[in-house]
Amino acid sequence: MEQVEVVFGLPGGCILPAYDPILDSPIRHILVRHEQGAGHMAEGYAHVTGRPGVALVTSGPAATNLVTPLCDAYMDSVPMVAITGQVGRPVIGTDGFQECDTVGITRSVTKHNELIMDPDEIPLIVRQAFLLATTGRPGPVLIDVPKDVLQAQMDWSWPSDDEVAGSLPGYKPTLKGHPRMIKEAARLLADARRPVIYAGGGILKSRAAEALAQLAERTGIPVVTTLMARGAFPDDHPLCLGMPGMHGNYTAITAMQNSDLLVALGTRFDDRVTGKVDSFAPDAKVIHVDIDPAELGKIRQPDVPIVGDCKQVISEIVRALADLELPDLGEWRSRISGWQERFPLYYEPHVQGDALKPQQVMEVLRDSAPEGTILASGVGQHQMWASQYWRFNEPYTWVNSGGLGTMGFSVPAAIGAKVGRPDRTVWAVDGDGCFQMTAQELVTASSERIPIKVAILNNAYLGMVRQWQEMFYEERYSEVYLSPDLPDYVKWAEAMGCVAFRVEDPEEVEPVIAKANSIDDRPVVIDFRTDSREKVFPMVPAGASNDDVVVHPAQKPTDKKVVQ
Amino acid sequence: MSLNPTHQTLTVLVENKSGVLARISGLFARRGFNIISLAVAPTDDERFSRVNLVIDVEETSVEQITKQLFKLVNVVKITELHPADAVERELLMMTVAVSPEQRSEVIELVGIFEGKIVDVGTSAVTVMVAGEPDRLDDFEDLMRPYGIAELQRTGRVALPKARKAS
Repeated sequence: MEQVEVVFGLPGGCILPAYDPILDSPIRHILVRHEQGAGHMAEGYAHVTGRPGVALVTSGPAATNLVTPLCDAYMDSVPMVAITGQVGRPVIGTDGFQECDTVGITRSVTKHNELIMDPDEIPLIVRQAFLLATTGRPGPVLIDVPKDVLQAQMDWSWPSDDEVAGSLPGYKPTLKGHPRMIKEAARLLADARRPVIYAGGGILKSRAAEALAQLAERTGIPVVTTLMARGAFPDDHPLCLGMPGMHGNYTAITAMQNSDLLVALGTRFDDRVTGKVDSFAPDAKVIHVDIDPAELGKIRQPDVPIVGDCKQVISEIVRALADLELPDLGEWRSRISGWQERFPLYYEPHVQGDALKPQQVMEVLRDSAPEGTILASGVGQHQMWASQYWRFNEPYTWVNSGGLGTMGFSVPAAIGAKVGRPDRTVWAVDGDGCFQMTAQELVTASSERIPIKVAILNNAYLGMVRQWQEMFYEERYSEVYLSPDLPDYVKWAEAMGCVAFRVEDPEEVEPVIAKANSIDDRPVVIDFRTDSREKVFPMVPAGASNDDVVVHPAQKPTDKKVVQ
Repeated sequence: MSLNPTHQTLTVLVENKSGVLARISGLFARRGFNIISLAVAPTDDERFSRVNLVIDVEETSVEQITKQLFKLVNVVKITELHPADAVERELLMMTVAVSPEQRSEVIELVGIFEGKIVDVGTSAVTVMVAGEPDRLDDFEDLMRPYGIAELQRTGRVALPKARKAS
């Protein structure tokens, strides 16, 4: 069997036959309040456990509500299996009640999908789905099952691993790196004087954090961890440069720009990392390792392309380095520490009478967090501050929506993460805009006794959009104001069965967080009233070169005009 | 559809399942790849179908198109066919508006192109020609002055040359 312990879902007409046996099943079912919540919970669960998250919903609107999480999981390569009900076979194609073309709609946002037309095919298609979701480049797989297929009699069978593999003649992920390319990669590593390891989410997907640490320590090469790879290499490691990209730190961005070799591992040269591609790390040779061959050369032509599983390939590279003499990178590292000293993350300290500094809230949250805390976030300014100010020293402690940038991801994803790791404290950092998109899942959390904690950085704005309007639209704030107290977040959270606090005074930040950390029998929500004028720095404006990173105005005389 | 240096033929062996063609055309649409010609037919093995695609590689590299195609779970094998190593054929059917006086000229040209007259009316003939795609282009050009009433081409099918395949 597929060892599924938990399913996130919501029943309805067409999926009814699948819900009846749940009453007698050892599988835990978590009843969500909206199908999007089920999808993001499945993702959160998968992020922290590495096992596929499962969402079970009905046809039509339930299936369309699942489209966003499917796309999110597709963009971030999250293993997930979605099972949707469908109208009975005789009704398909007649615009029946709650009918939609689920496989058609989800084709471009899933790794694979299938409509089961023959009940005898159920076992094989289920097994294929789990295999596809979890191997190669992981991703979401959807199974659409007509109601009458669920009700039909079938001969029970459970295909063997070989039968499943044999049933997918076109699916053979390459795991092992090409020996000649491995050798070539080792040679480039031995020749480089200004190398940077550019580690992406693929490190976590292939469970290669240990191998990555070996490679970094063997070579002394500094490591940047992308938004999807936070925690793949410990932030407290002396070789860790933190996050690169649009809101990465100055050193990570600049080290890549000045490098002569980028060792890109399980990463896809996303536009949020590269900035303007033509001027991204212009002098760097590129070793690109990815399990998805289509990523190699998609954005940047690698000098050494290696198709394979990151964990395996990195170990192969480390072995190939055994006989090579490696250069002393002391000079390069001291240049890097110069940037680190000159341009650390910076925000202006709180002034008496002002609203809270969101960065300060993040720092206190970080410093108060119990060992092993998992952090989930939504999308926007708070997400960037979370990634910047947290210290990720352990893999699988960061859950966020990177590729799709799905506002509202945080609360349901944190619930899924807590279900997967009930032993860990799970904090969701959220914006007030994001929170309003999926907050109803706190009802799920309360009724299912899933005690997550939510920190709303409430600046009464769609903060990231506000930041862009301030910087690039001449402070013309169009449709970004949300109000700090409509809704009343404390009352709303309490109505959903949570313990809730409001914090406006910096003195209260720490004690209230400590109180929240001590509550373990229900969800907690804290409404932090933060300063709406705060912007995320550094910033590489969209479409600009990474050479033109804009640091906090206090760190640099504003001689360079910000251009979009 | 003459021999265009930016056109490339891909022969894609796929599982013979419903929705596979939609997966391929959907992939091309969302990645912004252009299909010039498309022909699909079952193979001798009923589990598989063969899709012949002519693509324009001016905008996107054939490598990227091939790799993206291969990510489709139902795609089993992709062969890039270079015109020099492949036999390519296409079928054309055309109704030509032609008066009885000029009919013999058309019949003569059809003969030169080893085609067939498949239907004759008082003021039109329907002809069928199979051949290399650029030969069909030539035929089309020759027929145009008479007046092409209707035209249908199949898209090209291709196989590697026998001596290359063996």
